[in-house]
Amino acid sequence: MNPPGWQLRCPVAIDHNDTITLAHGEGGRLMRQLIEKTILPHLTQDDATVPGDAATLAVMNGPLAFTTDSFVVSPLFFPGGDIGRLSVFGTVNDLVVAGAQPLWMSLAFIIEEGLPMAVLEHVLKSISRAASEANVRIVTGDTKVVPRGAVDGLFINTSGVGVIQHQLPGPGSLSVGDELIVTGPIARHGVAVMVAREQLGLMPEPMSDCACLAEAVDTIARADLMAEVITMRDATRGGVTAVLHEWAQACGHTLTIEESEIPISPEVRGASELLGLDPLHIACEGTMLLAVRSGTSAAVVRALQESSISSQSRQIGYVAQRTISPVTVRRTLGTERALDEPSGAPLPRIC
Amino acid sequence: MKHLDEFRNPVLAHKLIHKIQRTATRRRVVMEVCGGQTHSILKHGIDDLLRDSVELIHGPGCPVCVTPAEVIDVAQTLAMRPNTTITSFGDMLRVPGTSQQSLLNVRSQGGNIEVVYSPVDAVRFAASHPERDVIFFAVGFETTAPATALAVLQAEQQGLTNFSMLIAHVRVLPAMELLMQDTDCRIEGFLAAGHVCTVTGFEEYHAFVHKHGIPVVVTGFEPVDLLDGIAVCLEQIEAGRAEISNRYTRMVTPSGNTSAQNVVEKVYEVTDSPWRGLGTISRGGYKLRAQYEHFDARIRFAQHLKQSGSQVCVEQNFTCPSGDVLTGRIKPCDCEAFGKTCTPSTPLGAPMVSSEGACAAYFSYSLSRSDET
Repeated sequence: MNPPGWQLRCPVAIDHNDTITLAHGEGGRLMRQLIEKTILPHLTQDDATVPGDAATLAVMNGPLAFTTDSFVVSPLFFPGGDIGRLSVFGTVNDLVVAGAQPLWMSLAFIIEEGLPMAVLEHVLKSISRAASEANVRIVTGDTKVVPRGAVDGLFINTSGVGVIQHQLPGPGSLSVGDELIVTGPIARHGVAVMVAREQLGLMPEPMSDCACLAEAVDTIARADLMAEVITMRDATRGGVTAVLHEWAQACGHTLTIEESEIPISPEVRGASELLGLDPLHIACEGTMLLAVRSGTSAAVVRALQESSISSQSRQIGYVAQRTISPVTVRRTLGTERALDEPSGAPLPRIC
Repeated sequence: MKHLDEFRNPVLAHKLIHKIQRTATRRRVVMEVCGGQTHSILKHGIDDLLRDSVELIHGPGCPVCVTPAEVIDVAQTLAMRPNTTITSFGDMLRVPGTSQQSLLNVRSQGGNIEVVYSPVDAVRFAASHPERDVIFFAVGFETTAPATALAVLQAEQQGLTNFSMLIAHVRVLPAMELLMQDTDCRIEGFLAAGHVCTVTGFEEYHAFVHKHGIPVVVTGFEPVDLLDGIAVCLEQIEAGRAEISNRYTRMVTPSGNTSAQNVVEKVYEVTDSPWRGLGTISRGGYKLRAQYEHFDARIRFAQHLKQSGSQVCVEQNFTCPSGDVLTGRIKPCDCEAFGKTCTPSTPLGAPMVSSEGACAAYFSYSLSRSDET
């Protein structure tokens, strides 16, 4: 006699979960289902077959650019973007600023058990849209699931391959008189993430600039001005300051910028003032610096302004004779001051 | 942001610079008390612009710089205690204690430390982590004391038994008093800390001004604020007058923020307090009143701290002359270690750690410093 409420049912594995479990990463049926039913539908294109262990890439004419980057942003979703969009554009932009046309990407997830499946699907949709915007194909990937606490929700690694279209001389070739351009308001990504993470509730909400920079380069190429570009760099971690210090070290000159020329949105400025941070040190994810030959910045800026991604481009400075400081900034009162690299993560002042 | 543009207006700033240059009959010595003012002065090059008229001495008004190394040792010891979390403002994480270890080092060795933006966040953290002892590292001047006092009241109201505070609050006026007692004191006028006065008001400065016959000008933090404060201070010095002037009227009233003062008064009492580099200052800090003593981490974890006492290391070979820097006896660049062995990446003393410390500000903005490279 069975007790009341008792039902004769075999304990079978549940094959459709609302959350990611360790079993999704252990190579069995659940993992195959996760890849085939959840991940691949967002990523494969019409002409693609289900990938094996390695992607086969076409032979290209000319040199290739190859880059890799890992994404550990917290929170996973923030105004203006999310970890998925960031993981595509971050890698794509590294190729673009090297003068390459992005072609192929890898995509590797490290997922904390317990991540809601809906979050993963949301990120996948975002990756799919971003890859399509950037005209890049995701051709290989990997999924690992780790115990709770081993990562924070979701980490992503992407690598990218592109074919070099513009051979740039590079920052070691900068000479005195060359001019520095920024393609838009700075510090938007870092401030947006920080405000979202700390739930500061500022209105209007600062938005990340997370975007693909390929169009900014294309618009310069269309104006036939790529020969004037010496080097390009997306101003990610460490912001504008980090890029300028890297270039100054490479060329041995002093790079000087004008504070009054640097575009900053009112939201970013407000949040930076409130948190005691210098926007020059804060990350962008869809804004780059260019160094162009002396006397050509006006033409390059005009070309850049044709594209929506770089419509607020400005010349912000120039390359000068080396002084004791590798990077300087002319502040609003007209004094030239050293612009030092931040020694660690930007920390808010406490009084 | 409109108000910021007004107070950074270069035309207005240069008018004030000319006024200061016309007023000064010789190079006058003025101390800006607050670290935020120091930061702004060096960032905008105001010290260079006024080089011939005013020597600016950077005062002891950076809370990170004056928090004693021994208190940082206590925070480090508590961070390693099982089931304990130290919550702190970000700046405190990089300050070396007596052993040259910072809370950041301790965190990398397994210490549990969370950065918060407000003491109230620490209370919230304690409420959502009842299994942990949560300690807030309460540093700062009269500006931050109301918020930490409020945190105590909130924790009391919520009946939290796992929240406490490691208190290193300091008061600015007793430190100014100490500076004036120095027989070598060259200071001819003070720019009082605008944000501190927002809370305290400036009525208590009247006695100080009268006693020492020295002008005190309540001053803000933007370039035009600072230049205006310096100009007013200089006018008084040159005219032989000593008054308290409020030039930060958009924030500061004579009696200050009385609600904030009431909260501080309810929770804290004034006490003698050790300052890093300056020694113990009479009435220089706050401690919890007896009825709130159960929120004092040093009392609550006295047994643990006593047992761990042997872990406190001896001071390193180089002793940071922070006291001389904070009293204006030497400029940061006069220190033998400045820019060489002591940099923001490898600070040997507190004034190099905080973005508002005089040494860090010199290192970041000065064109003529000796470079790490």
